[in-house]
Amino acid sequence: MNERHMREAYGEALVELGETNPDIVVLDADLSPSTKTCMFAEKFPDRFFDVGVAEANLISVAAGLASSGKIAFASTFSVFGTEKGLNQFKQSAVYPRLNVKLVVSHGGISLGQDGVSHFCVEDIAIMRAMPNLAVVVPADAIETKVATKAIAEYEGPVFMRLVRPKTVCIYEEGYKYAGEELTFKVGKSVTLREGSDVAIIATGLMVAEALAAASDLEKEGINASVINVHTIKPLDRDAILKAARESGAVVTAEEHNVYGGLGGAVAEVLVENYPVPVGMVGIRDTFCESGPWKELFRKYGLTSADIVRKAKEVIERRG
Amino acid sequence: MAPFDEKSAPHDEELIKRLKKIALYIRKCSLIMITKAQSGHIGGSLSAADILACLYFHHLRHDPENPRWEDRDRFILSKGHACPALYAALAKAGYFEEDELWKLRQVGSILQGHPDMRRTPGVEASTGTLGQGLSVGVGMALAARLDGKKYRVFVLLGDGELDEGQVWEAAMSAAHYKIDNLTAIVDFNSFQLSGFIEKVMSLNPLSDKWRAFGWHVVEIDGHDMKQILDSLDEVEKVRGKPSVIIAHTQKGKGVPFIEKAFNEGISKYHGIPLTEAELKRALEELYE
Ligand SMILES: Cc1ncc(C[n+]2csc(CCOP(=O)(O)OP(=O)(O)O)c2C)c(N)n1
Repeated sequence: MNERHMREAYGEALVELGETNPDIVVLDADLSPSTKTCMFAEKFPDRFFDVGVAEANLISVAAGLASSGKIAFASTFSVFGTEKGLNQFKQSAVYPRLNVKLVVSHGGISLGQDGVSHFCVEDIAIMRAMPNLAVVVPADAIETKVATKAIAEYEGPVFMRLVRPKTVCIYEEGYKYAGEELTFKVGKSVTLREGSDVAIIATGLMVAEALAAASDLEKEGINASVINVHTIKPLDRDAILKAARESGAVVTAEEHNVYGGLGGAVAEVLVENYPVPVGMVGIRDTFCESGPWKELFRKYGLTSADIVRKAKEVIERRG
Repeated sequence: MAPFDEKSAPHDEELIKRLKKIALYIRKCSLIMITKAQSGHIGGSLSAADILACLYFHHLRHDPENPRWEDRDRFILSKGHACPALYAALAKAGYFEEDELWKLRQVGSILQGHPDMRRTPGVEASTGTLGQGLSVGVGMALAARLDGKKYRVFVLLGDGELDEGQVWEAAMSAAHYKIDNLTAIVDFNSFQLSGFIEKVMSLNPLSDKWRAFGWHVVEIDGHDMKQILDSLDEVEKVRGKPSVIIAHTQKGKGVPFIEKAFNEGISKYHGIPLTEAELKRALEELYE
């Protein structure tokens, strides 16, 4: 299976953007070798600013650049960008709707061994609750590349969440799926698979697990649709409602706390419009611990087997 | 057994020889732990080893058999990523079995990737996000004052960590409250994650900055045991203001090829583990 780093795709996309658009500037907080903004820094040293280990400064400086006509990409790990620069992000960038693109690596727990201080299982929930802000969570490296370009063009502030490890590429080169060329649009989901028994709605690296779960379910005669919600906000409500109407049973899957993330977002839409049984696969409100990430995924319930189990559960509840 | 309390012992040859052996043990364990886990931070663990040896095996009053002893001195590793060195010191002091070290960063281990005060005996504060330890230290020092306790609080900071604005908020508040039972120690190894301090974010003149914030400042060679011990004694005599020991150190200290990489501006050994072959070489070359 083709596995790649989302972070590297992000770095490549920044370089390509930098070549065509002189208004692209990039900032980092002493993590450029890791977030891969170093690739842009090497190519365009004059448009790259490392502010040191100072995330609050990072984000407000980015806002200053954005208010002066630049498109400012600011990067660090999710936990630091989300939580150490949160008020700066809100006050200096999101409220005034500036072109600050806060692109964080190391979301969730898949960074593994650094442990709880570096995990972020609450970033989607925090960012999703902020007005004016788009929240993007790509499913693989290929989607990361097109998403980076799309958010550069999108008018206004964006939070985009990447992960640390190499992950399975679900798309083919050039953003194709099953041979078909797609276009990435902020606010639109991608239906990867049709099926009327249960709908699996997933985001980030859990989309790959969702696809694996759908194949396993198929072997048992259960047809699952799989929807990649790469934009948590604005949410593609139409696609979610359609999936709920067709299957009457929904499972969400995310590398995030089950509170407040994709599961919460989907449940909000369904509760108000078309209530069906919903099961959530995610981290059950715990901080987790250090360890190799695949072991953590097994221990904390983030595998395709967990999705399969949840799918059967919601099907049974629907009756 | 009585708590460990040896700080009045003379700083003689014998003590220094003993502390050097312990520092060597800390470095050796750190290298092995990080290689076994295949993740962790080498450079900043090695640069802090001598300071940790002086604290845990001479200066601090503490009790490995009773980690929560009320009158113990407190040590906070604000640069939490250097915890392999702290864990090795704690194991050597008797807080837990040495075998625990080899489970660093594994599922179920008491030794997390960054310090966790609820899981690891002897760890005083949960850290890992840089910039917070000095503030926590201010709180502990204020609690000592409220409770009429004599314990002292020590906080080890990285030089890159000083980029965080919160460090300076803490510095301002410690001086404002005239906290003299608090000592900050800066592991000034001149290197942060992505390169040399002076290239990424200049800090100098560092002593002047602390002085301007109302602190008593001592500058030492952070690998000279006698200077570390003497400076720890000196700052205890300072009344009415907090003290900072700026310890000039070498990132990756003790392993020539790792030192060399940092000195050439290569950040690889900040957060990338050694291979087995590199570990073998490192242990062969490791010097006191
Ligand atoms: C708030 C925060 N931002 C970023 C990081 C990631 N990080 C870990 S170590 C490090 C560099 C620290 O440099 P320094 O304090 O000089 O440590 P040392 O050289 O002693 O290892 C960074 C940026 C972090 N742990 N916390």
